[in-house]
Amino acid sequence: MTLIRQTSPHTLKASSTQAIMLNVLMALIPGLLVSVYFFGWGVLINLVWASIVAVSCEALVIKLRKRPIRFFLQDYTAVVTAVLLALAIPPSAPWWLTLIGTSFAIIIGKHLYGGMGQNIFNPAMLGYVLLLISFPLEMSAWLPALGVREGQGVLDFMTSIQLFAGSVPVNTLDAMTMATPLDILRENNSLTLEELWASNPVFSSWAGKGWQWVNLAYLLGGSWLLYKRVFTWHAPAGMLLTMAIMATLFYGGEGSNGHGSPLFHWLSGATMLGAFFIITDPVTSAASNKGRFIFGTGIGILTYIIRTWGGYPDGVAFAVLLMNMAAPTIDYYTQPRTYGHKKPNRGLAKLD
Amino acid sequence: MTRKTWPLTGGIHPPENKHQSTQQPIKIAALPDKVILPLSQHIGAPAEPIVAVGDHVLTGQCIARANGFVSAPVHASVSGTVTAIGPMPIPHASGMSEPCIEIQSDGLDQWTSLKTNENYPSLSAEKLLEIIQQAGITGLGGAGFPTAVKLAARAESAIKTLIINGTECEPYITADDMLMRERADQIISGIQILHDLVKPTECLLGVEDNKPEAIAALKKAAENTAIEIVVFPTKYPSGGEKQLIQILTGKEVPSGSLPADIGILCQNVGTAAAIHDAVILGKPLISRITTITGEALQQPGNFEVRLGTPVDFLLEQASLHSEQLARLVMGGPMMGFTLQSLTVPVIKTTNCLIAGTQTELPPVPPAQSCIRCGHCAEACPVSLLPQQLFWFAQGKEYAQLQHHNLFDCIECGACAYVCPSHIPLVQYYRGAKGIIRQQELMQQKAAQSKQRFEARQERLAKEAAAKEAKRKANAEKAARLKAAAAEKASSNEQPKQEIQAALERAKAKKTPSKSRPQLSAEQKELKIQLAMVSAQLKKLQRSMEQSESTPDAKQQKDLDRLQQQQQSLEKALAEATSNETDQASSSSESSGSSSSSEGANTGQDLKVLQIKLAQAKAALKKAERAYASAAEKNAADQDALKADITNKQAALTEAEQALAKAKPSVAEQPSHSKEATSKKPKKPPLDEKTKTLKIQVAMAKAQLRKLNKLAEHADTAPSKEEVEAAEKAFSEAETALAEHQQQTSSSLADV
Repeated sequence: MTLIRQTSPHTLKASSTQAIMLNVLMALIPGLLVSVYFFGWGVLINLVWASIVAVSCEALVIKLRKRPIRFFLQDYTAVVTAVLLALAIPPSAPWWLTLIGTSFAIIIGKHLYGGMGQNIFNPAMLGYVLLLISFPLEMSAWLPALGVREGQGVLDFMTSIQLFAGSVPVNTLDAMTMATPLDILRENNSLTLEELWASNPVFSSWAGKGWQWVNLAYLLGGSWLLYKRVFTWHAPAGMLLTMAIMATLFYGGEGSNGHGSPLFHWLSGATMLGAFFIITDPVTSAASNKGRFIFGTGIGILTYIIRTWGGYPDGVAFAVLLMNMAAPTIDYYTQPRTYGHKKPNRGLAKLD
Repeated sequence: MTRKTWPLTGGIHPPENKHQSTQQPIKIAALPDKVILPLSQHIGAPAEPIVAVGDHVLTGQCIARANGFVSAPVHASVSGTVTAIGPMPIPHASGMSEPCIEIQSDGLDQWTSLKTNENYPSLSAEKLLEIIQQAGITGLGGAGFPTAVKLAARAESAIKTLIINGTECEPYITADDMLMRERADQIISGIQILHDLVKPTECLLGVEDNKPEAIAALKKAAENTAIEIVVFPTKYPSGGEKQLIQILTGKEVPSGSLPADIGILCQNVGTAAAIHDAVILGKPLISRITTITGEALQQPGNFEVRLGTPVDFLLEQASLHSEQLARLVMGGPMMGFTLQSLTVPVIKTTNCLIAGTQTELPPVPPAQSCIRCGHCAEACPVSLLPQQLFWFAQGKEYAQLQHHNLFDCIECGACAYVCPSHIPLVQYYRGAKGIIRQQELMQQKAAQSKQRFEARQERLAKEAAAKEAKRKANAEKAARLKAAAAEKASSNEQPKQEIQAALERAKAKKTPSKSRPQLSAEQKELKIQLAMVSAQLKKLQRSMEQSESTPDAKQQKDLDRLQQQQQSLEKALAEATSNETDQASSSSESSGSSSSSEGANTGQDLKVLQIKLAQAKAALKKAERAYASAAEKNAADQDALKADITNKQAALTEAEQALAKAKPSVAEQPSHSKEATSKKPKKPPLDEKTKTLKIQVAMAKAQLRKLNKLAEHADTAPSKEEVEAAEKAFSEAETALAEHQQQTSSSLADV
């Protein structure tokens, strides 16, 4: 009989990275369902395709790096990245768009930095930004949500497949898609907000038609993750809080210079997806609770700035990448005060 | 009114697994056939055995005494025979062996006589501390710090808060719980002794709220006492000393300080019970309550175990299914360590043994990458950033680790427990701490070596500089002498006059009557001899005075001899003076033969003299060199000194022989001896014997110098008559001196 020789602790909590990632995927389901409801099959097609690409890329790189493929695929991190990216790109995206975005996210954004846990930037956002910069046309062409066009439902499955295959002519595609509410508001400089809301069917009571429900669904999923203690409230609260503050400060009234109410910003674009599923990615965010709050506030401010005065339809991705860069510095300056110490340490140790 | 408590920072809620071992009351474990008692069951120096193999010992008898201030004695836990003293496997994470005393039980359990103190309040604090120390009591909670040392570490009024730790926050362990349930009176009595000893303003007994029976028992026992039972929520690691202080008082022990620095003293409930046993019943610490639990046991429970009981013997009493045993942990599942051998003994700090099965304590799954989820930081009770520490530990960035307060980590294991990637975080921290400590040690050593090296370099440089200065001085001197000699050779009269004048001056001081220039050669010689011997005598007397100690036999002998010599020389001088009138300017040969019958050697010529002189020179040089080195060392190196002395004596003898011949420039002698005396005090202080010897050697040196000059003057051909006369006059002094020297050397050989 040989006794196991091991250092303490001898019991471990029944938790795993895999379980965390599965929780995240489950929490995305409400948002996904609402998205499919309002934007059609394209969302689902994107998601499946992106997942296949992500897992394949991951397996390929792990094989190249001579690591046990099965062990590393089991953590589901590649799938999470793929799903987040798929939910961020337009449902009308052709297959190559998703392929480029996802493979870039996994291979360049994740594995070239050293794989899981080592990447500086959120891989999904890296992939998204690549696509946004390289293919602005495809990336800003969203299908209108259900009910925007009178008497017209979401696209049927076959049309979605055709879109995915890229076999639909460009002018047909143009006829099918339209700008997102955020875009329309940003471009508006003649109508008062009330007129805009009245004249444009994409707007609904609080924000964009469909969009507000998608955002609320993500909020629901995110709240469940909070409840499950997968992450802490600090980063989402920081982001939503500063976004609301910014929207209040720069509201600009109901006139044509108005930038939209705090609620509009909360329920538009990728706000909730970002707040609960993107910026809570622990790998690329700050480490301490205080740091995470600061990280979130930075994203909230930057998102609002890019949305309102920038040239892109949504600012979450850029804001996340910018704050990813700042995360290590935030970490060094937000160390908690250790027991028995009068004040927390700041920065790094001086090396001479 | 319930007392306010503060929440624990971080912390976790691992499955408690305590009920398994609380189903039955504390059982008394059977007496083992043999006990193995490690000499180091505590923090501090190992105890020192005071029994030998084969000795018969009684239960409770002290078998190893405390060795140093931070140490604790060890007592026999059974009666029987000491069968071995030597290294045996001890319960330690490394599975190492340490010195132990093995006692074969005679099965009788005969106790040594115990001194009870029913009326303990009459005892002084010192006496109480001594009893606690003699009883071998150490902290029974875990670390095993000698209790008496902890109690005595601060002045009486320094402790404001006495905290008794009944938390027992680790899963599985119930030893303190059962002790509190069943022996609350004993604990309270022990706490009261502690209370009387440290006189705190408040006395708090902290218990987690998962032990309602224990709380009830304690509350009942503590009625009408100053002890306050404080109950707080269950959370691991509330039982850590620093954590408990935070929970009960809201204060934090400053990093690098002890609780006593903020007026707080912590003791475990088990320790309190042991203090009761030691003070009231006079029983030393020979047993403790240990939880024996785990799924590999059929009857888990708490046992009162004699210290030194082998683990396998104990596990058998709880019906071990040895085929199911996969991991044996001593201590709790969070901070305990695995045992590799079942033969190790239970020691003072053994609060729990977990015989875990494969399913109960499964092997850790392979570690995945850290995803920086931060669960560890949330669990950390001291607010560290475990994932940052992990990154730095992996990168071997030790400066950053220290900057991130690695050394405030209490290794509670909460971070590793919650880690979803199953990273053995605590192991990384322990490893990094070890490396940092080692590095610091090496840096210290390096700094020391550097200091030593620099000091040596400095010393060598100084020595070299001194040598160089000496060499230069010598060269200058030689040049001066050469120039003087050349001058003398050219004008013979002047130096002679000068020398004469110097001689007169010197002599005028000692024997003014003898400064008459018209003295005969023989008289001159004798006078010189007399002066030298007087000088030697004086110096010897002075050195004896200075030494302020009663002169030893050898010194006394030297003194007597010198006095004799002086007398004989005086006599000879008187004779010579009386002869002067009879022998006007006749041959000194006849006067020489008349004054000295033994010194018949008249036919020596100058050549022989010169050879001898050269030899004397060489010998002196040697002596000088040896002396220089002896002076440098500034310590009487006996061997070297002996050699020196022999050399010097040889030099002296020969110098005198030469002197006997080269008579004419004897006039220089006094001035030179003066020179020698004036030089002496500059030399570093030596012991009395060395001093005396040195004086003698200095004299020899002076004489030899003189002879050096004489040799130069030898060319100026002093008259044969003069030389012979001087020779004869000297032979007498010479024999006396030779005899003296011989005795000196023989007495020196004894040194």
